[in-house]
Amino acid sequence: MKLLEYQAKEVLASLGIAIPPGVVARNPDEAASAFARLGPVAVKAQVPVGGRGKAGGIKLARSEDEARRAAEQIIGMDIKGFKVPLVYCETALEIEREIYLGFTVDRDARANILMLSAKGGMDIEQVAEESPQSIARLYPNPWRGPLDFELAQLVYDAQLAGLLRPLVALIKKLHRAIPELDALTAEINPLAVTKNGDVIAGDAKLEIDDNAMWRHRDLEEKYGGVLEGDPYEVEAKKRNLTYVSLDGDIGIIGNGAGLCMGTLDLVQRAGGRPANFCDIGGGAKAEVVENALAVILMNPRVKGVLINVFGGITRGDEVAKGVVTARNNLNMKLPLVVRMSGTREEEGREILKQNGIEPGVSGWEAAKKIVELSSPLVGKPGSTGRDGAR
Amino acid sequence: MSILLDSSTRVIVQGITGREGGFHTEQMQSLGTNVVGGTSPGKGGTKHLGVPVFNTVADAVRATGADATGIFVPAPFAADAIMEAAAAGITLIVCITEGIPIQDMIRVKDFLRGYPQARLVGANCPGLITPGQAKIGIIPQRITRPGAVGLVSRSGTLTYEVASALSAAGMGQSTIVGIGGDPVLGLTFRDVVELFEKDPATTHLVLIGEIGGSDEEHAAELLAKGSRLKAVAFISGRTAPEGKRMGHAGAIISGNRGTARSKEEAFRKAGVQVAETTDDIVGMLS
Repeated sequence: MKLLEYQAKEVLASLGIAIPPGVVARNPDEAASAFARLGPVAVKAQVPVGGRGKAGGIKLARSEDEARRAAEQIIGMDIKGFKVPLVYCETALEIEREIYLGFTVDRDARANILMLSAKGGMDIEQVAEESPQSIARLYPNPWRGPLDFELAQLVYDAQLAGLLRPLVALIKKLHRAIPELDALTAEINPLAVTKNGDVIAGDAKLEIDDNAMWRHRDLEEKYGGVLEGDPYEVEAKKRNLTYVSLDGDIGIIGNGAGLCMGTLDLVQRAGGRPANFCDIGGGAKAEVVENALAVILMNPRVKGVLINVFGGITRGDEVAKGVVTARNNLNMKLPLVVRMSGTREEEGREILKQNGIEPGVSGWEAAKKIVELSSPLVGKPGSTGRDGAR
Repeated sequence: MSILLDSSTRVIVQGITGREGGFHTEQMQSLGTNVVGGTSPGKGGTKHLGVPVFNTVADAVRATGADATGIFVPAPFAADAIMEAAAAGITLIVCITEGIPIQDMIRVKDFLRGYPQARLVGANCPGLITPGQAKIGIIPQRITRPGAVGLVSRSGTLTYEVASALSAAGMGQSTIVGIGGDPVLGLTFRDVVELFEKDPATTHLVLIGEIGGSDEEHAAELLAKGSRLKAVAFISGRTAPEGKRMGHAGAIISGNRGTARSKEEAFRKAGVQVAETTDDIVGMLS
């Protein structure tokens, strides 16, 4: 789960990290009253992607009127596919210098990594490329966390000796997000040093491991559901599906990320354009298949669906029963090709045949089949793919 | 010959009394895998599927001399199950469970440094199979046959796809290893390629990678140093859209590695053929 800036800052504040005073505004009036309370503010779009500044999602407001206008312009704006649901109005800081502090998972090292650089701000990726040595790194022990001397070394390596004590204290607090919150990324960039020498989080990025959400129901309840993203992705999330919207017209369901990605590649190669990526994972139960199909059929662009399931832990008969039930329950009329093999595949194919669904042979054959079957429908308006709404 | 696993390996199943654990234990037995027992806390002293059940892995190892395990326990308990197996002296740990929190796996990886003899496969993987001899995990034996192709893959389902195609074309496999798709996992492509390189019964190699991370690049670096294996690689996800990224931390440490293009180029540079689709692999290998 990727938290929005104001959510991430609330979490950082709960860990004892200093953040600038700020207020969430859902409409221009609330932004105006935020100005009344805080004075000059930065009005910042709340979206879970980087680059919002360059997209015009951050505006400085020096009057109530400017705050109102900024909120009017920013709320509802589209930034990299996300509709901005609200803005965060935050006291503009008098920044003396910008530091970079980030923690993430280093896949190659199979470990957590803490990074600190005196050259913080928007160009940190360029810094990483041009002078990687100016970013100090530490792999904290995952059982006991970083020790004081290790953090001191990190701060000295980053040429930030003058800020040794406040930085060590702050990094310890940020590090708590790893064991306590299952953070995958926790980044403060810029970490602002003000004219009074205070160290304050200018921005914050926090991503919590979806696999660990069962340990953090409170965060999910508090912060989930604020964002209006892609409507199909939102619906898929509610149904616990791994789903990503794409801009084509052939719905794809597969089990396993690799097979699912491979199926996208095949459909593209066969001349079709995938409408989505939908991985139904290991045990492809009837209910899961129906959920996946229901989300895909919500999209009026979809002209056909390809289901590609190769079973290991997934049983063919269960998949077939699920597909048949889902198709019947959803009253689906669009072309459907089901390519299935693996454990109990013969039983599965038999069930499909008995119910009038033609099982595909190989992934490549199935991809060609669905492209062929759905192409006469492409571009014809008005077909929703199913009768009646659920 | 084979790598990691053969008919003499003494295997236990952690979570043997569970639905998936039980189902796949039967499948493993039907291939002839030497399943010597299983664990299920609180059910020690009973029998299941014809083998003794123990409360803990240490008990199972003491009683059976097991040296390998297949883990089928739910995600919240899987990390502990892996460490329990290592501490009990198991040398081949295969964790099928998906959805283990990454921080749990990072702690597991650190813990395993204290047990250098323990090899972990997975988690979130289909396991491994030496066709005609033994398997730990969920790879369907029907689609495999004994032979000389070493197959290593990050994706479960694509592995089956390719194994089926190879078997249908008469190209059997020495061992198939599904290393799993999680960001933090046990054996890497490079580790498995090294094992195949040393196995005289393996003459051919198929690598199935996917976008993300740079394990494929590291395996390519190894193969570039010279290999006796005729190799083909396939990378899935070349048409997948770029993830909507947040923060800079990931980019700082990974740079441009991890894309399908970077992986394919790394393999080509190493003299490894790169297949466009999984259907092309068989033709390129023969």
